[in-house]
Amino acid sequence: MPARESIDHSLEILEPLLITHSRPGRNKHILPDPFKPCVPDELLPFMNPEEVRLPDVAEVETVRHFTRLARMNFGVDQGMYPLGSCTMKYNPKICENIAERIRNIHSSDKHPMHMVLRALAALQRYLEEICGMDACCLWPAAGAHGELTGMLVVKKAFQTRGEDRSVVLIPDTAHGTNPASCAIAGFTTRNIPSGPRGFLEAATVKAHLDKDVAALMITNPNTLGIFEQEIHEIAELLHANGSYLYMDGANLNAILGISRPGDMGVDCLHVNLHKTFGTPHGGGGPGGGPVLVQSELERFLPIPRIVHVPRELFTLSYSFPDSIGMVQSTLGNVSVLLKAIVYIIRLGPKGLLEASRTAVLNANYLKARLKDHFDLPYATPTLHEFVLTDKRQKEQGISTMDMAKALMDFGFHPPTVYFPLVVSGAMMIEPTETEPLSELDRFADAMLTIAEEAAQYPQALHDKPELTPVTRVDEVYAARSLCLTWDMLESKDDGAVSK
Amino acid sequence: MSFVPHDQADRQHMLETIGIQDEEELFATIPQNLRLTQRLKIPGPLDEENIRRIPQGQFSHVCFAGGGIYRHHIPAMVDALANRQEFYTSYTPYQPEISQGVLQSIFEFQSMMAALTGMYVSNASLYDGATALAEAALMAIRAKQIKRVLVTRATNPRFRSVLKTYLDNTGVKLQEIPFDMASGQVERFSLERLNGEDAALFVQNPNFFGILEPMDCIAKFARQSAFWGIVVSEAVSLGLLKRPGDYGPDCVVGEAQSFGNPPNAGGPLLGFMCTTKEHLRRMPGRVVGLTKDSRGRQAFCLTLATREQHIRREKATSNICTNEGLCAIRAALYLAAMGPRGLRAVATQCVAGAHQILQLIQQVGRQPVFKGPFFHEFVVQLDADKRKALEDDGIIPGVPIEYYYPEIKNGLLVAVTEMNTREDWKCLLENL
Repeated sequence: MPARESIDHSLEILEPLLITHSRPGRNKHILPDPFKPCVPDELLPFMNPEEVRLPDVAEVETVRHFTRLARMNFGVDQGMYPLGSCTMKYNPKICENIAERIRNIHSSDKHPMHMVLRALAALQRYLEEICGMDACCLWPAAGAHGELTGMLVVKKAFQTRGEDRSVVLIPDTAHGTNPASCAIAGFTTRNIPSGPRGFLEAATVKAHLDKDVAALMITNPNTLGIFEQEIHEIAELLHANGSYLYMDGANLNAILGISRPGDMGVDCLHVNLHKTFGTPHGGGGPGGGPVLVQSELERFLPIPRIVHVPRELFTLSYSFPDSIGMVQSTLGNVSVLLKAIVYIIRLGPKGLLEASRTAVLNANYLKARLKDHFDLPYATPTLHEFVLTDKRQKEQGISTMDMAKALMDFGFHPPTVYFPLVVSGAMMIEPTETEPLSELDRFADAMLTIAEEAAQYPQALHDKPELTPVTRVDEVYAARSLCLTWDMLESKDDGAVSK
Repeated sequence: MSFVPHDQADRQHMLETIGIQDEEELFATIPQNLRLTQRLKIPGPLDEENIRRIPQGQFSHVCFAGGGIYRHHIPAMVDALANRQEFYTSYTPYQPEISQGVLQSIFEFQSMMAALTGMYVSNASLYDGATALAEAALMAIRAKQIKRVLVTRATNPRFRSVLKTYLDNTGVKLQEIPFDMASGQVERFSLERLNGEDAALFVQNPNFFGILEPMDCIAKFARQSAFWGIVVSEAVSLGLLKRPGDYGPDCVVGEAQSFGNPPNAGGPLLGFMCTTKEHLRRMPGRVVGLTKDSRGRQAFCLTLATREQHIRREKATSNICTNEGLCAIRAALYLAAMGPRGLRAVATQCVAGAHQILQLIQQVGRQPVFKGPFFHEFVVQLDADKRKALEDDGIIPGVPIEYYYPEIKNGLLVAVTEMNTREDWKCLLENL
């Protein structure tokens, strides 16, 4: 009889690592075995003589492990998720349903692929119409991938023209991916300030224009939720200078059926299917970042392109000599693309319009309920999201981080925090159109309660959250005592955390 | 028709709170000339049944297609858990207190990938194998200021295509190392003359033709180059073959779709990157680390963010933000469900099946194009008409590769996995 192990109550581990459940022989999963399992002799020198290092766990334990983990995670189906510029709207179940259909299709299986390509060609058309653009490439796997693709297209256009332009202008409200994508595409970036009213002024752009400027990358509405009112003049200035206007479509959810990037003078943009078009974000992907361009840039789009032989089938063509080349190994995140099509046709033109109008209504309602209790850095009217700061609460020593963490105890995911960088202590709130009035009110009430607590008992807010699976997580410790795998944990003798 | 829950009274109440009469006023900042005056020309709204009636293609049940995307058994558990809303409807886990599920699952993914590849660390995923290779090349440029990237020509041609796109504006030259037409392995002569002091070298193993490369020999020459990486395009091979990390590369990158992710008409896929301690801080993408909460309990969070775009902007190690989180969680679920014997058994089935089927194919008079040792794919020649006829009958005999390798006339890459039943291979043999 083994001695009874003493239980250490000093450290509570909510869910032990899977490897700690591992015992030799526990996993009894039965596998398909159509073949006699023998490995030819000539392969023996290539084989790993040791056992594969994976946990050996019974099915029920594995299921419970991940079920318990899931229960420690917050999703949109559970409550409001007002992450600014991330558009965490409800993900319709019918989309998941239809996407399941392509599960077993191999991309080399020509006949069913014709049907898939037909659907993808339709998605291209819908996105072109929604954005007012001439052509579309669906393959980029995420927003940043779309940005990179778009900027490679711009680079190629200049190379073809025999011009070597190296600078991209980026407003200070931009997402971090914008400059990072430009850098990979071989550009240098020049940061330009947005105006005092929270949008980029044409005069600022004009002052920065020279023959080295390839493009301006703009997000519209921008990350303050403000419509770029001078975008059309800016586009004209850029075009007169031989430069392009690139638009980051992260915030497209504000303007579906209301205003189109193409009509604003945009030459190239990407959209985020996992934001605007209701596909789930999967805890960080897979997403979808289709790129749209005006006809002048079409020939530079990535290969393959979907081509339609009249009265025949949809097929893929690689014969586009001016293309920037391939950006993904196949056709992007196909099942995500399919979900986006279902989303679009499920809503139709009226539904998309209603979605954007309501997203803007919801954001403005929340702003109206909160603006007297928090600092609102810009008075300019906003669309689908708005930014508050912690300026007032800072006087009591309460930061945006404290308030974000406190919101969790009310059952909400916090807003995007400390972004955009132009606003100190920013809280960027985007409720989306799918939140009911009761949930918006509950959120506003929670924020007001937090503001009150900040004024009266600020100390308590530093200890939030208290009702979440774990309390405030030490991110500094994570970076300092780096532990990224089971093996690193094993080799570490650390009293703070143990298996 | 949309998923908006409000009724008219709700809207009215909201307008009053905002202090406006008409919703139109909310859009006053959009200049008139930029307003769309007509309705979008797209179909819908459609009800769910009408959406379900849209025709769909039937997939071919007899399928020997691989070439970077593989059909494998996926335990039912994987779908049951991955389809939980907590996983699939959540965002990137920026707020760790309410994201422990995704964070710990990704930590376990990282742990298992590092263990399987034999590397120090793994990131939280990249888009696919092709962009993983491209990111590895960019990492090599940051690490060693190389002038050239060398890649074996028997590396997945789609991966090489994407690599080329990414390298186009870096000033770094891309060169290919030929393969030997007899063995299908890398050409020794070219390998011996590498002289890669100013270069990063990438080798796929098993290569695109399914052939096992002479890794010991390659490693000897690769060590003389500034940086070298091994590309894995069939992750199941990690269940049986020597761990790529044991050859001492700077990184192991590739495609792990085979771990619990269905072919899905081409995607989503699952790019991964594993690397050494030396390169850890140059690695692109998200990484989850173990830490503690304010009460000293085990907890997880995203870490090493100072490499990333939201902090470093144009100086970031990569522009990647959204990755393939749910696919990585599926991979973690798959590996947990398979366990050590399961993954090895699947890899063994693949190898055994491919060799047994090739033997039968040889008996009907078709020879493989390459003589080198292989994993679960091999190349034969089959003329296009014959192939198309098979495809019309719902039999996918493999992936045609002549487009990528014109020197292999009518080349057909045949992949065998544990999903190919006895009926499948009888069907293939009878129709060849």
